[in-house]
Amino acid sequence: MKHLLLATAACAIGATAAMADVKVGMITTLSGGGAGLGIDVRDGFMLAIEQSGRDDIEVVIEDDQRKPDIAVQLADRMIQSEEVDVLTGIIWSNLAMAVVPSATAQGKFYLSPNAGPSQLAGRGCHPNYFNVAWQNDNLHEAAGAYASEVGYSNSFILAPNYPAGQDALTGYKRLFEGDIAQETFTQLGQTDYAAEIAAIRASDADSVYFFLPGGMGISFLKQYADSGVDKPVIGPAFSFDQGILQAVGDAALGVTNTSQWSKDLDNAANQAFVESFVAEYDRLPSLYASQGFDTANLLISAMEKADVSDQDAFRAALEEADFDSVRGDFRFGSNHHPIQTIYAREVIEEDGVYTNRIIGTALEDHADVYAAECNM
Amino acid sequence: MSAILLIEQVLNGLQFGVMLFLMAAGLTLIFGVMGLINLAHGSLYMVGAFAAAFAAAATGSFALALVAALSAAALAGVLIEVAVIRRLYDAPHLDQVLATFALILMFSEGTRWVFGSFPLYLDIPDALSGPVTLPGGIQYPLYRLALIGVGLVVAAGLWWLTQRTRLGMQIRAGKDDREMIAALGVDISKLYTLVFALGAALAGLAGALVGAIQSVQVGMGEPVLILAFVTIVIGGIGSIKGAFIGALLVGLTDTLGGIFLPLVLSVAMAPEAAAQTGAALASMLIYILMGAVLVWKPTGLFGGARPA
Repeated sequence: MKHLLLATAACAIGATAAMADVKVGMITTLSGGGAGLGIDVRDGFMLAIEQSGRDDIEVVIEDDQRKPDIAVQLADRMIQSEEVDVLTGIIWSNLAMAVVPSATAQGKFYLSPNAGPSQLAGRGCHPNYFNVAWQNDNLHEAAGAYASEVGYSNSFILAPNYPAGQDALTGYKRLFEGDIAQETFTQLGQTDYAAEIAAIRASDADSVYFFLPGGMGISFLKQYADSGVDKPVIGPAFSFDQGILQAVGDAALGVTNTSQWSKDLDNAANQAFVESFVAEYDRLPSLYASQGFDTANLLISAMEKADVSDQDAFRAALEEADFDSVRGDFRFGSNHHPIQTIYAREVIEEDGVYTNRIIGTALEDHADVYAAECNM
Repeated sequence: MSAILLIEQVLNGLQFGVMLFLMAAGLTLIFGVMGLINLAHGSLYMVGAFAAAFAAAATGSFALALVAALSAAALAGVLIEVAVIRRLYDAPHLDQVLATFALILMFSEGTRWVFGSFPLYLDIPDALSGPVTLPGGIQYPLYRLALIGVGLVVAAGLWWLTQRTRLGMQIRAGKDDREMIAALGVDISKLYTLVFALGAALAGLAGALVGAIQSVQVGMGEPVLILAFVTIVIGGIGSIKGAFIGALLVGLTDTLGGIFLPLVLSVAMAPEAAAQTGAALASMLIYILMGAVLVWKPTGLFGGARPA
């Protein structure tokens, strides 16, 4: 599926017919360990394009294999020989840092469906860069705020020893009012957490916060549930998304996690999204799929107002974010990052499938702390 | 740091070590006996885990899942030995690395093609789930104790096989002089296939056993493969005893280092900085250990003299 030209005849709106076509380059992870995330972003994105019925969007999809050098090569090729107007798709912050600054400097728009490194939200912000998901710290800040709200006063916190892991613990501590029993950095890709769990058992913490995305979180949760330690656990949604939960099974039941989206969010756009995603792909959408879906709808909303060749008008149209987000209210802050509500969810079993349910609001209309450093 | 926590961490290190041994034993046999660098050993670990997850989902039985893991990995081992590896015994190491690296890519994408990109579910059997209380009030997961037991039994079995049986004698002889043992009438090609299948089955067993407490996903074998290589280099290539001692050393160093280094550093540093620096140093410890062993004994602990 290298070139996917969407030619659906049902394009109705007269004004858009006169405008130039938009070519989108999607660089995302479709093979290797993190492929589930990229596949969800792609499927959510393509679902929105298909539903729009437009035949003036061409999407070129390429697999970055989660490798920064390959992502850079793909971006160069898309900008120079494919001549795309808009880039999107990158999942991982280190890949985003390798691609986004040079793409925006070459006058391309970049719409991030996932990665939100602090550098691009603060000093490194750019008028052509829009993040539709979150700034990396957001879900961790929400977890810290929620832990305080439910009365935890002493947390054991752990994350892998790499930039996003350090940001995660910083984010949690930023809004957590209690004490930190112990702060532990694990190895990236670590699969055995027996030593950390023994330390949790021995500590006097009343709660555990962990940021262990992908397979690391599966391993941790299974081992934690089997260890008999019963301190309550909180995590960001990344360890509890739809793709992972089925592999964790009962071990995840009842665990609290923070997310800007949930399948049971009560708004019409979301209900339609969940229903059509299940119909199209025969699985429940994850938060990554919801981010891909929103990203495509943002792009479509801008195309309805402006021509992509008129950069200033197109940018202004993107800034308005005039689309029905599956998250409900959605708007951009001054640094083109979302100002949004973040919810607390808990893991439940529903018709034999593990999924999440909203149990409260962690942060209302939350913006990131880096916006103040952004001058554009 | 209480004594209970210390004992628990030593048990964790042992458990990690014996599982590493299952991987390293096959690798060291194949490397030592056949002179082959098999990068695809981690893929056989993954095959074992996926076969176990598939069989457990289909039958609900963990015992059947283990049987499935052993047979699937052994079968995959025989297939790649006959189809690919057999042509590489006389090839330079670089060719072996290239060919077995290609096998990794084929196994990974093949597994994704069959099972999809999302991790599979494989859980601990009910009879072994939950913690038990050991003497002294130590709470320890029963399943991990069982893993230590299985690892020790396999180690004893391998020792018996290599030291006390006719097959073991041939394996050891094949390691020392493959032309001579062929001249003495042993079917060396059948022996190699057998050793390769044995190594593959051990990797598959490790994958299934560890898969129950970890994530069964594409690419799960490669991080373990690196540790297994470190283990056999420390233990001495071709030595089962070396693989066992090496695996325990790596397991204990990695586990205890990750716990104690941040604690030691926190005496002199702020907690946050100590946690970060300690974690970074701990991830280097096993390589420092390997370096130290190689300076002291260039062929590893039980490697013997380097062949001319």
